[in-house]
Amino acid sequence: MNLLTFGKTGWGDELFYATLMTIAVSIAALLIGFLFSIIFTPLKLSDNKFLNFIANSYTTVIRGVPELLVIYLFFFGGSGAIMYVASIFGYFEYIEINAFITGSLAIGIISGAYSTEVFRGAIQSVDKGQFEACKVLGFKKHIYFLKVIMPQMLRLAIPNLSNVWQITLKDTSLISVTGLVEIMRQSYIAAGSTRDPLFFYSIAAVLYLMLTFFSMKLINKLEVKYNKGF
Amino acid sequence: MDFELISASLPKLLSAAVVTLKLLSLSLFFGLIIGLLLAILRLNKNPIINKLAYAYSYVFRGTPLLVQIFIIYYGLGQIEYFRSTFLWVVFKEPYWCAIIAFALNTGAYTSEILRSAFETIKPGIIEAGKSLGIPNKIIFYKIQIPVAIRQSLPAYGNEIILMMKGTSLASTVTLMDITGVAKHIVSTTYKPLEVFLMAGAIYLFMTFIIHNLIKYLERKFYY
Repeated sequence: MNLLTFGKTGWGDELFYATLMTIAVSIAALLIGFLFSIIFTPLKLSDNKFLNFIANSYTTVIRGVPELLVIYLFFFGGSGAIMYVASIFGYFEYIEINAFITGSLAIGIISGAYSTEVFRGAIQSVDKGQFEACKVLGFKKHIYFLKVIMPQMLRLAIPNLSNVWQITLKDTSLISVTGLVEIMRQSYIAAGSTRDPLFFYSIAAVLYLMLTFFSMKLINKLEVKYNKGF
Repeated sequence: MDFELISASLPKLLSAAVVTLKLLSLSLFFGLIIGLLLAILRLNKNPIINKLAYAYSYVFRGTPLLVQIFIIYYGLGQIEYFRSTFLWVVFKEPYWCAIIAFALNTGAYTSEILRSAFETIKPGIIEAGKSLGIPNKIIFYKIQIPVAIRQSLPAYGNEIILMMKGTSLASTVTLMDITGVAKHIVSTTYKPLEVFLMAGAIYLFMTFIIHNLIKYLERKFYY
């Protein structure tokens, strides 16, 4: 237990900050994922075959390829791609992208593919009559979406979004391969310097378990809130 | 795009796909056994047995697969006593450590899928069996299991695809599966885009095959 004290002799404070980093990356990734789903959900639901095809290829490819591979592609390919763009503008120095940014972008794109599917399903299960009623009443498109469809859609989406959150949270452990110091990386460092991998990886497991447990409690509260009146 | 590199590394990646498929099929096989046992325990009326099985699946579903592999591969070897037992023959190989971690993980998910399948079986089917005087054991093997298999096929198909993606983590414990080989090629050629995209295409092709196989089975078991 001495290993977990705060300060110079223990790993307590390092693990604490690593946990905060995991939470930060997960939230950033989830929000980036939402941005992607705001773009791709309308494309999925549109009548245009070509737009459909683009959105479907995004969700199918991302969900059919290992997360680790996507992260490797971003981490090793990302700085190369940016340097290539920079070289067009006459900048030839080595550019290294921040591990936090590449990591949350990679996980965000993965998370976005899952949340796009969730939002599509939720919008499709909102009663057809609601859409028709809005049209009959002559609401403007953005108003009827925000005020009528969105609240009903969110109620249906929240249980599945909590799954997306869990997947995202667990996927952030893979960013450790890029060197970003989150729970997994910190445990790896601690295990290496104390030669006690069993202890530190078990602590990592406990930390992840606590994160999923408490976030589930929080999401359940949200679910109750959105289910008022049903 | 370096097409020479693509054609040179394709055979290497394809032979690594065999490793991925072996990892996948072995862990699915053991995972299905673990999952079925756990699902039966979950349906048990005894609250202690019931809770224990639930705790198992909660822990394995609530922690990342990477942590589980690292605990098994790096962690267990640390226990002095453990290294002197016969189990050490299995646990010192990264190959078997990966399979054990994958099987324990997919077992937890499979148990949830099977449990909900067993719970949604219409009671009328079982009652019909009982009223015909069929023994409980035969009702379980000949009626409940086949119906549960049919009901859990779509969810289990997703689990197979998730597990296939999970096998890429074997590369973190030095195994040379598709991801491991791709990373190795990249580290010698510095051409990440071509190699990783091709590895992704192989995975995507495998996902496509599994997806269609499950669709075919669903049609076949349709009743």
